[in-house]
Parts: sequence; structure tokens; C-alpha cells
Amino acid sequence: MATNKHIIHGVFGDEVPLMEACKKLRASGIRIKDVYSPMPIHGIDGVIGVPRTRIAICAFIYGLTGCGLATLMMWYMMISDWPNDIGGKPNWEYYFNVPAFIPITFEATVFCAAHGMALTYFLRCWLIPGAKAKNPDPRTTDDKFLIYLELNDEQKVKAEVILKDNHAEEINHKGSYVVEPKYTLEETH
Amino acid sequence: MNTEKLNFTVPSKARMFSFVLMAVGLLSIILMFLTDHVEGDENYHHTRAWSNVFAGSFFFMALSLAAAFFLGLQYAAEAGWSTTIKRVIEAVTMYLPWGLSFMMLLFILGQFHVHHIYHWMADGIATSGHENYDEAIANKIGYFGTFWWVRTILYMFGWLWFTLKLRKNSLEADKLDIDINNSFHWKNIKLSAWFMVLFAVTSSTASWDWLMSIDTHWFSTLYGWYVFSGMWISAIIAITILVVWLKKVGYMEFVSESTMHDMGKWMFAISFLWTYLYFSQFMLIWYADIPEEVTYFQTRWESYKALMWTVLFVNFAFPMVMLMSRDTKRNFFFLMFVGTIIFIGHYLDVIMMVMPGTVGHYWTGLSWMEFGNFFFFLGLFIYVVLNALAKAPLLVKNHPFLQESLHHST
Repeated sequence: MATNKHIIHGVFGDEVPLMEACKKLRASGIRIKDVYSPMPIHGIDGVIGVPRTRIAICAFIYGLTGCGLATLMMWYMMISDWPNDIGGKPNWEYYFNVPAFIPITFEATVFCAAHGMALTYFLRCWLIPGAKAKNPDPRTTDDKFLIYLELNDEQKVKAEVILKDNHAEEINHKGSYVVEPKYTLEETH
Repeated sequence: MNTEKLNFTVPSKARMFSFVLMAVGLLSIILMFLTDHVEGDENYHHTRAWSNVFAGSFFFMALSLAAAFFLGLQYAAEAGWSTTIKRVIEAVTMYLPWGLSFMMLLFILGQFHVHHIYHWMADGIATSGHENYDEAIANKIGYFGTFWWVRTILYMFGWLWFTLKLRKNSLEADKLDIDINNSFHWKNIKLSAWFMVLFAVTSSTASWDWLMSIDTHWFSTLYGWYVFSGMWISAIIAITILVVWLKKVGYMEFVSESTMHDMGKWMFAISFLWTYLYFSQFMLIWYADIPEEVTYFQTRWESYKALMWTVLFVNFAFPMVMLMSRDTKRNFFFLMFVGTIIFIGHYLDVIMMVMPGTVGHYWTGLSWMEFGNFFFFLGLFIYVVLNALAKAPLLVKNHPFLQESLHHST
């Protein structure tokens, strides 16, 4: 059986009623597709059910890469390929001169972690040069806050009541589309 | 909000605990003075015992001074997140008069040659031909002697005046009946700005005068910051542990988890600041290899190697691993556990600053003396701070950032 999906924009003038509406929507089992806001709202990710970011894991891997690359580079340059000796240090072995290499190791670690994280973020959000703006309502870059919902018939009725009760300034219907089920019962049996 | 819980009374258990600590500590200090001597050295004069008392006095004095700095920093930066824990910071600063009294007592005793922590205080150190004559010190004696005493008294009065004034203004603001009255807040912002200026200079110079001058022949311009970062992290840990404890015994429900998370961030960050400064000082001296500079680390490397590595591990690697994650910073048990260990680590750091210059190669490793003495000062610190905490409501009134702080979330 095909289901209808309705696209609804709940527009708010402030983030406090928006947060309340999000909590109520989630409590009644409605999935919030996204929230658009002109400024960061503290604690919104937990409220709208965004999973915990994994960028910290990326940062750790990038940092480890930077640390390793810097060590390899310094070992090759200063010890292996052309041993350098400036006033007695560094000499002979890498491990024996670790204090001299720590600043560069630290800088390279931070450099790789920071740049890697920024690039990952841009790629994940697809904020690349020439990318098209995905903003559903340009007013969210000024003074409006928006909840973006995609709902079936039954949820649509519930959501409209909740949005209205929580002082949504506008409830905009942005059309609907039909979702055909991938398999029907006849096909699977 | 439960208004009854805003007034703190010292639980009898906590009072008992502080008395037990003080009693155990006092007993250890007495035993320490009775047993501490070195066979065949007439000039030893219980140096290790005196150095321990000195380290304990300095550590807790510096801690409360750094708390005053932290409080001033909140004002000067007009920070809103910390308003809910302001009374705890203030309570920690209230140990400052006690700490400074101990320091002053030790300085006076040193001047009368009761102990020999400061080599430059010795008789005839600058008199040519005297048996104690030391040319290097004689050349610097203008900086020590009377000028040193003038500076010491100036630091003490300066810090005390600002700390007590900040506290007084904060208490005065509570008495106002008008709901929103920020006049005392503005006064404190001005005071804090001036205190920051004073502290920026005197925290460094006081470290040179009181700690670095123990190794009279050695000098390092970075030393002041290194000492400062150590006392700052100790203050942050003391404040954090106090708040966690207060929450555990049923007070301060209004302190949000985010505020504690921020304290965890401070703990993490200042641990790194300490490491950064410690390592910068070490690396430059190690690299340049100038004889008059390396003596400092030479003594430590030869007789205090285990302690040196312990301090670096506990104060750097340990907090880095334990406090990196968001979850551990929001876990009160973790904050308390990690905080306690770093706190001891930074006390050992002060031991590392003092002992090699006074006890030197007579050092036999950490013993009951260090811990017993630490317990005495810890007990006194707890007693004074809890009493200061009981003197005022736990939540400030008439503070412009109070609402912001109550709703603080990150």
C-alpha cells in the first residue's frame, strides 16, 4: 500500500517554543527531519534526536596520523638520511633526543587533527565550492526558526496540533509525495 | 528552589574529619622534627622537616591565591557560567590569610636562622672574607635582603586587600533588598581588573622570591608561569571537588551538569598549560646545556628521578587520558577521582620545587613525613574553607549573570 508523505515547515520566532515543540513532537513519536536556525541552539541535538557526533574519533585518527608522519619525517631527515648535529643535539638515536622533537610532533598532530576535522565536516555537510544552498526558507538565516517535518496522514494531524499549541507563527505545507512500498506481499510469497 | 538548602552548615562528620587530619598531621610534624637528622652533618638543622612545612604552607596559600585570581578572572571577563559556584570559589580564597600567615612565620624564622631553607639568608653571605661568603650571591644581595622583605610585604598586603574586598562586596550585594542591583558587581569588576594587573606581575616575582631563591644560584624566567599554572590547576580541583561534595551531601542542586563539565574542561586545559610550561622550561635548559642552568635538573635527575617521572605522569598523561572524553567530564565520580590524584600530583610538584634545593642528596624518597605534613595543612584548609562556606548563602543575590548561570547548558 502506498503512503502519503507531507512536507511541513513549522516556523517559530524564538528558540524556546521551538525546543518545547520539538520535545512534544518527539514524545508523540514523530521523527524530526531537521531544524534550521540563524544561531546555534545549545542542547538542540539531544532534543531532536541527532546521534552523537563521531568527529572526535576522526580527530583522534587524524592526530595519530600527524604524529606518525612528523616522527617519520624528523627521523628520516635528522637521524637516518643526513644525520644533523647542532651543538651536540640531536645525535645518533631518535629516542635519545625526544625532547628536541616534541614541539614539532605536537604541532603536526594539532595541524592534522584540526585540518582533517574541518575538511571532514565540510565534506560530510557537502559545503564545497559550488554547492547549492539547501535552506528551505531563507528567513532562517535572519530571525526565524524552522522545524522541517516529513509526515504521513496520521502524524500530520497530530503535528499540526502540537505546533499550533506551542506558538508556531506559521505552519507551511510544502506539498506531499507518495512513497511506493518496495515489495508487496504477493511478490515475497 | 529549596531555600533552606541555601544556607550551609558544616556537617559534624566533615568537621570531625578535618580535626582528625589536623591531629594526625600535627603528630607527624612533631615526630618529623624529632626524627629528622643526618648522621655527621652538624649544619642539617631538620631541613627536611622545615622544607615539608614550607611546601605545605606554600601549596595551600598558592591554591587559595589562585582561587582569588580565578574569581577575579570571572569578573574581569564578565563570565556568566560560574556565578552558581561563586560562593565556593570565595570560600577557597578565604584560606589566604591563613596561608600567608604561615609563610610570614616561616620567613621570620628563616631570618632568625631557625631554619636554613633560604641559603641567601645565612649570616655573612655577602661579607667578603666571612666563612659563608658567596660571591655570586653577594653580587645579587641588593635584590635580596631588605628589598626582598619590602616586596614580600607588598605582595601579602596587595593580595589580601583585593581578596577580602572582593568577598566583602559580594556579601554586601546579598544584603540589598532591591531585586536587581548591580552596583557591587561593577565595583568588583573594576577591582578585579586591577587585581589581574597586580597578580600578573606579583605571581611571577613572588615565585622567584619565595621558591626560585631556594636554588639561589639558578634562575629561569619561565619559572613564575610554571608555578602559577600549578597553583591554578590545584585551585580548580579544590573548587570542583568541593562542589561535587556539596552536591553529594544535598546542597547546590542549582549547579547544572554543564557547569561541572566546564570545570572538567578547565581541569583538562590547565593540566596541559602546566605540562606546556614545565616542558618548555625543561627543553630549553636541556637543549642549551649551559652549566649554571642545568644544575637545577641535574640535582633532580640524580636524587629525585622517580618523583620527577611520577609528577610528569600524574600531572600530564593521567588527566590527558582520563579527562579527554565528554562523558568522563560529566561524571562526578570521575571528576572527583581524577581531581584528587592530580591534586596530590601537584603537591608532589611543589615538593619537587623545594626539596632538591634544601635537602639535596640527603633525600631518601617519599615517606610518611611528606604525607603527614600534607594531612595537617589539608585538614586546616578544609576546616577554614567549610567555615567560610557556612558564613554566607550558597547562592549569590543581585548578580546580573545569575539567571544565565542557572540555565547554563553546553
